[in-house]
Amino acid sequence: MSERKPIPGITKERTEKLIEETLAAMPDKARKKRAPHLGANEPTVSPCAVKSNKKVVPGVMSQRGCAYAGAKGVVWGPIRDMVHVSHGPIGCGVYSWGTRRNLMQGTPGVTSFPMDFTSDFQERDIVYGGDKKLETLLREADELFPLNKGLSILSECPVGLIGDDINAVAKKMEKELDKLVVPCNCEGFRGVSQSLGHHISNDSIRDHIIGKYEFAEEAGPYDVALIGDYNIGGDVWAAKPILEEIGLNVKSVWTGDGEVEKIAATHTVKLNLIHCYRSMNYMCKVMEEKWGIPWIEYNFFGPTKIEESLRAIAARFDETIQEKAEAVIARYKPVMQAVLDQYRPRLEGKTAMLFVGGLRPRHTVGAYEDLGIQITGSGYEFAHQDDYDRTAPEMAKDTIIYDDVSEFELEKFVEEFKPDLIGSGIKEKYVFQKSGIPFRQMHSWDYSGPYHGYEGFKIFARDIDMAINSPTWKLVKGPF
Amino acid sequence: MSECALKKVTTHSPEEVERVKDWINTEEYKEKNFARTALVINPAHACQPLGAQMVATSFEGSLPFVHGSQGCASYFRSTFTRHFREPAAATCDAMTEDGAVFGGQNNLFEGLENAYTLYKPKMMPVYTTCMPEVIGDDLTAFIRNAKQKGHVPEDLPIPYANTPSFNGTHIHGYDAMLNSILQYLTEGQKIEGKCTGKLNLIPGFDGNTGNIREYKRILEAMEIPYTVMADTSEVFDTPCDGTYRLYPGGTRIEDAAESINGKATISLQKYSTANTMKWIEEAYSGQKLVMPMPFGIKKTDEFLMKLSELFGKPIPKELKAERGRAVDAMTDAHQYLHGKKFAVAGDPDYLFGIVTFLLEMGAIPHHVLCSRATKKFQKEMQALLDSSPFGKGCAVYINKDLWHMRSLLVTDPVEGIIGDTHAKWAARDARIPLFRIGFPIIDRVNLHRTPVVGYQGAVNMLTMIANKFLDIKDETCTDQWFEMMR
Repeated sequence: MSERKPIPGITKERTEKLIEETLAAMPDKARKKRAPHLGANEPTVSPCAVKSNKKVVPGVMSQRGCAYAGAKGVVWGPIRDMVHVSHGPIGCGVYSWGTRRNLMQGTPGVTSFPMDFTSDFQERDIVYGGDKKLETLLREADELFPLNKGLSILSECPVGLIGDDINAVAKKMEKELDKLVVPCNCEGFRGVSQSLGHHISNDSIRDHIIGKYEFAEEAGPYDVALIGDYNIGGDVWAAKPILEEIGLNVKSVWTGDGEVEKIAATHTVKLNLIHCYRSMNYMCKVMEEKWGIPWIEYNFFGPTKIEESLRAIAARFDETIQEKAEAVIARYKPVMQAVLDQYRPRLEGKTAMLFVGGLRPRHTVGAYEDLGIQITGSGYEFAHQDDYDRTAPEMAKDTIIYDDVSEFELEKFVEEFKPDLIGSGIKEKYVFQKSGIPFRQMHSWDYSGPYHGYEGFKIFARDIDMAINSPTWKLVKGPF
Repeated sequence: MSECALKKVTTHSPEEVERVKDWINTEEYKEKNFARTALVINPAHACQPLGAQMVATSFEGSLPFVHGSQGCASYFRSTFTRHFREPAAATCDAMTEDGAVFGGQNNLFEGLENAYTLYKPKMMPVYTTCMPEVIGDDLTAFIRNAKQKGHVPEDLPIPYANTPSFNGTHIHGYDAMLNSILQYLTEGQKIEGKCTGKLNLIPGFDGNTGNIREYKRILEAMEIPYTVMADTSEVFDTPCDGTYRLYPGGTRIEDAAESINGKATISLQKYSTANTMKWIEEAYSGQKLVMPMPFGIKKTDEFLMKLSELFGKPIPKELKAERGRAVDAMTDAHQYLHGKKFAVAGDPDYLFGIVTFLLEMGAIPHHVLCSRATKKFQKEMQALLDSSPFGKGCAVYINKDLWHMRSLLVTDPVEGIIGDTHAKWAARDARIPLFRIGFPIIDRVNLHRTPVVGYQGAVNMLTMIANKFLDIKDETCTDQWFEMMR
């Protein structure tokens, strides 16, 4: 994609002045810590100058979660046929129960387990340790849910602090139950954000799962795996059919609507397709090093990116796949054009600001642009340098980039840039809606979705139009 | 599992899946399920700091401050925001591994200073997550040091509460934080012989802002001056008028400070204010009372009569008329609830309220379940059930979760379930309608704005339940039984 045209009115001076004024409100130490995380975009300068993956500055109202949230909420939770145990006190399991919208097939409590399993630690567990309780608990879970394909143990803060050995318990119970029992030391205090939780999960998948199974049917030339799609609002169910339509055979999905044995057998596929780079690139690298499986990134948000991605994916295969990819693109062109004809006239020239987790602030830019919306600011809760390097070229020059933005900062930036839409998370949603600014929750698609793929774009376009052009916004200011 | 032998990816046969599907609905399964000793599945309670945050946010200009992990703070904020569909400001000092090793004092210093500078609160109540509790951070010393070192002004109120998640539930965190804030704000404020003439009303952990507004409406109708502590209604039910307010309202700090000289103090939730009321009993002037939440007619009558007695005010005509209308609604519609069996799950004080209402309607609270409660609660609930012929044969389950409830529902079915959103899985499996009352309700809109207390609350609950039953009748009856009137 060629470099974006500058956005009228957005200049380096204006963006830098805004950042400076915002930082001025902070105590010295906080200002010094926050300054490197904010910047005016330089699309052509690499690496991106914005710093990331540093500790949250205490007291600034960050939107970040923790390693447990990354492990349970993002990576492990979506695997539908495992029992995921939130090991520790009651809170973490309850708050993460069903709140990420990683949809799954199966019969709940029989073949799928979208439930809250917890050891509900009490004071005595802190004093005496929870290992024995954990053994009993795993036995009970396996007995009550006999069709589970494995159990995961996700440790909460106190478990690590008191020195419980969930790894030893898992090893013992894996033998006893003759099932995958996977420990994941994802205590919330580890690291600086959800991101370490993804990494720790990936480590445990590498050590305990991958390479332990093989597919019942023989390997084929078009076998691929979808990596880093968590089926938020049914995204996987919109993405998979397109890949199948171009002739690929999606053998497993990490981890949306996931099945653990298929994930364990992924090492035999021909190509890994990675969507959420932040959470799963490490696994692609592991599979590349150990089993020689190549991988590429793709983006299924909006027709422009879908076309680019389908061509890039097809280029890794033979002419049959390439022809089919072109056929699919041709087939959906009029469908997508109809969507654009309907919505683009209503959205052309609008602007949006984004702040989401570790993928969408850059991946969804193309989808907004397809609708005629320009992005004036973008940033991540828990991205790393390589994410920002990938973001800079997707953004127009001098637009504002913010890492781990605090509520205070984001409010200032929004005040200055006055976007027509904000795409961010639940905690920010009502702050901006009270101000009369249209908003979509972009971690969870605001209880809508899917947003991936051709089917998803129809819904995305409808939702964005609905948000921006809802007549309710006109009622915010009273007549008296 | 050995490294070399790869297992094949398997699928369960449809017969096996069917067998287990049926099995989990059997008495045999129920017994196994109830024999669990370590595993908790789908609990209906959360942790202490969540309750502490509800209190901490409900005073004017007050910024809740979590001492501990960033992730916890995010979870509390998300939970409130999802339930109320409102902003839920709170900050935290983002302790990480080094905090776990060296203690959280430096985080607290920096966090308090940054939060104070950026958000200019009038008060910053501090409460803890698991981590500082396990390592034993001394908040008394830390906060004193923070003030001495000038990170925050000496006179900034920073009450704190220890709220480890591995102890109690959200209602106990509510109690701890309320107790702490009131002790802090009222210190040195007690004046012998001075009386504000006001009622201090403590609603307890209540996710229903409509309830708080209902209490205020009743007090205003009775011309009784009051202070609600802590008042969530202006915090979690704010207007959308183009302005975001970081501090949208809540109990005025001055009012809370002088509450110690009140004419009377009433808590409407026994279990979520136990320690606070114990302290108030000793420290406060005036009369001190713990009353049940005014669910249904009789409990509302008692509440109004008590107010009338305490303040020498007659019960106004409009409330009498309201009572009459509520009773009218209940007699008109009693047939749709009479003899109907219900399962109820929730917080202790809410459970008493809901069960009271059901018994008043001639409905049967067949299964009553609290996922964390004491034997004392069980006894008191049993006594309430025993007070009515409609409580006969009903059972109270404590320290049981919603997976236990699922077993009860499939082996011994009821006609309706009352609980929060968490109960929807059990309700779906048992194909029984769920009436959402309690916290959190994160899958329906506006229920937190609709009061369930007072006379109007009784009408609201009755309307919701009876009409759903009628909907079901219309949707499921055969043509010959489909009628114009119901």
